[in-house]
Amino acid sequence: MDRKKIIIIGGGPAGQEAAYHLALHDYSVTLFEKESDTGGHLNKVVKLFPDFGDADALRKELSGRLINPNIELKNGTCITELFKEGEKWVVKSDGDCACYGDAVLLATGFEPFDATRKEELGYGIYDNVITSVDFESMLKTGKIVNYEGKTPQRIAFLNCVGSRDEKVGNPYCSRACCINTVKLAVCFKELLPDAEAYCFYIDMRMTGQQYEELYRTSQEKYGITYIRGRISEAAATFDNKIQLKAEDTLAGLPLKMTVDMLVLMVGMEASESTTKLATQNNIKGDYGFAASKGLNGHDNQTTKEGLFVAGTCKRPLTLQETLADAGSAAIQIMNYLRSDN
Amino acid sequence: MEIKKRFWNEYQKEIAEDDYFYERSCIRQTFFPGSEATFLKILRQDLGKQIVDDPKIHTCTGIGYHSDIVPFETTMTICARLFSLMNDSELTNYVPSCVTSFGIFNEVLDTWKHFPEQLELTRENLRKATGREFTVPQNIAHPSDIIYHFRKELKEKMKYRLVNKETGEPLRVVEHIGCHYSKIFSEQSVGGSEFPHVLAGMIEEWGGEVVDYPERRHCCGFGFRQYLVMANRGYSIANSKKKFESMKPYKPDFIVTNCPGCAMFMDKWQYTIAEMEGTTYDDQGKGIPVLTYEEMTGMLLGYNPWDTGMQIHQVQAEQLFDKIGIEYDPQDKYTGKSGKFLGEPEKPTHLVV
Repeated sequence: MDRKKIIIIGGGPAGQEAAYHLALHDYSVTLFEKESDTGGHLNKVVKLFPDFGDADALRKELSGRLINPNIELKNGTCITELFKEGEKWVVKSDGDCACYGDAVLLATGFEPFDATRKEELGYGIYDNVITSVDFESMLKTGKIVNYEGKTPQRIAFLNCVGSRDEKVGNPYCSRACCINTVKLAVCFKELLPDAEAYCFYIDMRMTGQQYEELYRTSQEKYGITYIRGRISEAAATFDNKIQLKAEDTLAGLPLKMTVDMLVLMVGMEASESTTKLATQNNIKGDYGFAASKGLNGHDNQTTKEGLFVAGTCKRPLTLQETLADAGSAAIQIMNYLRSDN
Repeated sequence: MEIKKRFWNEYQKEIAEDDYFYERSCIRQTFFPGSEATFLKILRQDLGKQIVDDPKIHTCTGIGYHSDIVPFETTMTICARLFSLMNDSELTNYVPSCVTSFGIFNEVLDTWKHFPEQLELTRENLRKATGREFTVPQNIAHPSDIIYHFRKELKEKMKYRLVNKETGEPLRVVEHIGCHYSKIFSEQSVGGSEFPHVLAGMIEEWGGEVVDYPERRHCCGFGFRQYLVMANRGYSIANSKKKFESMKPYKPDFIVTNCPGCAMFMDKWQYTIAEMEGTTYDDQGKGIPVLTYEEMTGMLLGYNPWDTGMQIHQVQAEQLFDKIGIEYDPQDKYTGKSGKFLGEPEKPTHLVV
């Protein structure tokens, strides 16, 4: 019997996790990653929520598992075409070389929302307005400083930037941002205990295990202030701080405050690869994400036989959900290939 | 700056090249009587354009509408009559002088686009009331759009630049956009509502530097009911004060606006605040001059500042003329067009004139 071959597109946590499980069961896996290294957005993270686990350790674990004779890793390869030819799935890369497989797993992930689209928040215009991605990068250096290189004494985080926002065409929730805000604010306070941290939110969606507890700890132990309301505009002051205007909807009052830095908690959008490959195969779902066959019970399958989806190429998911989803996708693929026999 | 340019590129509108029908404002001729005449002169004399200034035009109802005393059905019918006057001139490019009118027309046209039955109702109302018919304009542009559109051509004809003649440094200019220009229909503006480019584009093209200050987007203080309801006037002046305090650290050389109310309130409330508190927002106690965009353009083209109506301002503009090197005759300041002395206004208590 010929060994069945699976093509995985995307070397982030979902693609890595699925490749590991499939290789463990002796399937031949070719994993395509467009960047020079696997890991995806996990590479930009220092600590994981809600337990402040070491992201680097997880990264090493996921990439270490790829060292397996059943896995062929093709970094730096951007897949431009995906289609079925007879019984085989074919992928073509930007180098125009074709690869054939019996099944394909789309794990092309998400892109952070481009915060410049929220013009009123001044990202890309005012030096001390940054995104959560920028903030994570700063955490990696172990130092939080503003544009002038000074330690901020007062910082604000704004949730739902590019999520739950019909104005930018994204009415959906990005799921991970609320708990990520809590995590980043706690990291900030651990580095700078005397500084003030304010989080602006619509509502705090603490749906995961230990999330609510961390949210409470962030207030009781770290003194982080949560303000229910969205920021309507941000502008630089004469000394290059950021003036915020918002409404405190619990107090029922407009609010104006000045902070040293504003961190925009950017949501998730479908990646360009996700939308492109999903469109090519008529599985494009809402907002450019890839559509699974069904949310209940067939969430890794698609309407195309042999084409599977895992992780944030379907919709926003947390890292925990992504890893579990990738494991599930691996099982679905194995079941499919066995029935195919 | 690159991001701002990207925003500006996303909000570009069609501005007609020639053959305009001009609708004067109800209030501008009282507040800044030279501005509209200056605009017409710029278009006819410097740009060689055709523009009809019809004496039969009337209100668009904007102030009454936004004060909740004129129903929208009436507003639509009155706007339709203005369009029918434009039709009489066989023109299709409508140019309302007032930013509120500009917002009203955009609102009316958008309503007719989405609710065609309202257009038919308006036709019927106009017919019953006046026997007139009308067609909608092909293009609606605010006069500031037109000056912006031809800013490069005008630059070629300008005698002065927005530059301090002593230091060679660009003048620092606060640009204030009327809310109804871009905050209601941002796609009908040049540059959008968050970082409008219509005045910033003129300032930068003509050598100045735009001041971006924290309360840049804030209301000038007019806000219709804030001022029109007498009991609310404290809100009006408080809003203006908030803006002045916010821009003060940047030491702006002047303020330019594209809205009748904004120019009026940012100018006159400086006098009022000075009388109430003894506060001015510059170093010399003279206040920050407030110009309309027509006045700014005319000034740089070398028009006599007294012909453009600069002497009518509460905050006097000579400090600005001197910075740029504008030639003017102080003796002519209060001389009327007939050559007669018009009388000199009473001096304020605190504001230095």
